[in-house]
Amino acid sequence: MSSQRPYVRSMDGWWTRNAYYMRYMAREVTAVFVAAYAVVLLVGVVRLSQGEAAFNGWLQALKSPLSLVFHLVLLATFVYHTWSWFNIMPITMPVMFVGGKRVQPRTITATGLVAAVIACAAVFFFVRGTQP
Amino acid sequence: MADAEKIMEIEVLRYRPEQEQEPVLQTYKVPFTDDTSVLQGLQYIKDYLDGTLSFRWSCRMAICGSCGMMIDGKPKLSCKTFLRDYYPGKLRVEALAHFPVERDLMVTIKDYVKRLEGIKPYLIPKQARTLDEGEYLQTPQQRDRYMQFSACINCMLCYAACPQYGVNPKFIGSGHMALLHRYNADSRDGGSDERMGPVNEEDGVWGCTAIGYCSVVCPKQVDPAHAINMYKAKSSLNYFTRFVAPKDADK
Repeated sequence: MSSQRPYVRSMDGWWTRNAYYMRYMAREVTAVFVAAYAVVLLVGVVRLSQGEAAFNGWLQALKSPLSLVFHLVLLATFVYHTWSWFNIMPITMPVMFVGGKRVQPRTITATGLVAAVIACAAVFFFVRGTQP
Repeated sequence: MADAEKIMEIEVLRYRPEQEQEPVLQTYKVPFTDDTSVLQGLQYIKDYLDGTLSFRWSCRMAICGSCGMMIDGKPKLSCKTFLRDYYPGKLRVEALAHFPVERDLMVTIKDYVKRLEGIKPYLIPKQARTLDEGEYLQTPQQRDRYMQFSACINCMLCYAACPQYGVNPKFIGSGHMALLHRYNADSRDGGSDERMGPVNEEDGVWGCTAIGYCSVVCPKQVDPAHAINMYKAKSSLNYFTRFVAPKDADK
């Protein structure tokens, strides 16, 4: 007589079992904030199509204290999103060799982060340059 | 005396299907010294305290991949985890997460082994050579392309680290993908196309959400998360190129 009766453990609340899983969930949830910001920008485009007064109203709304706090939260989540994105970038790329040596994961992450900083600075200075 | 004997409380999640409906914790007091591994602690329990405790082990030196278990909630090889690192305090030992528990610290690995066969983990030569033609040659540089991925010992810690596998036991998982890549990246192998089936299917690489914990727990630095994630790009490419250059076009 076989007494085999494999026991399957529950996966309920799996992401609370380990700090690593919680960081993963935090990384994934930042995508929601990225989507939220895309919606804010899309509203701006819609308001632009409705004329100057509508667009200026949207700009004015962005300057409200609530909006400023919201944008600060967005900024914080975007920084984490960017960092976590480039942190997993090495595992998504093929194994690369340069001059016979393996490109180290930290080199790929650092290159991505530097590129992100340069892109942000370029956009910032470009926008500031266009201000009257 | 520097190496004085201390006592560690080890909580073991017991499961004896003939007498328990679900697993229960049982605590043992185990004397240990600085060089006592968790595996040796369990062997002490089996030899001196409770002969009914079941667990798997073989080499005692992190090469056979048999003694993986959850140690304080983290997947580890019990032979290379030491009791001293948990002292003072209690230590909890459970069967590898995400696998069905067969008995005590032993899990059911039937599905795991079955899937392993599916990825064809052996060299499929590009051109078969006869004995007279000699061996398949390879340069050290060509070997470096797959060396890291050939270090897998099938300990299954990466599966115990993967919640996606826990949620969907049909998911191919990163360990098998590391082994699959080990052969695909081998200059002597020509079986890449044959191995794309399990990669592309519903329970293939796309079940991975790049959590990455599998690579953290890997005791052999295989980086299985890398293996599975790089195949997402290959899978996409494979999907689109089949329209451009259908495989059976020349037939």
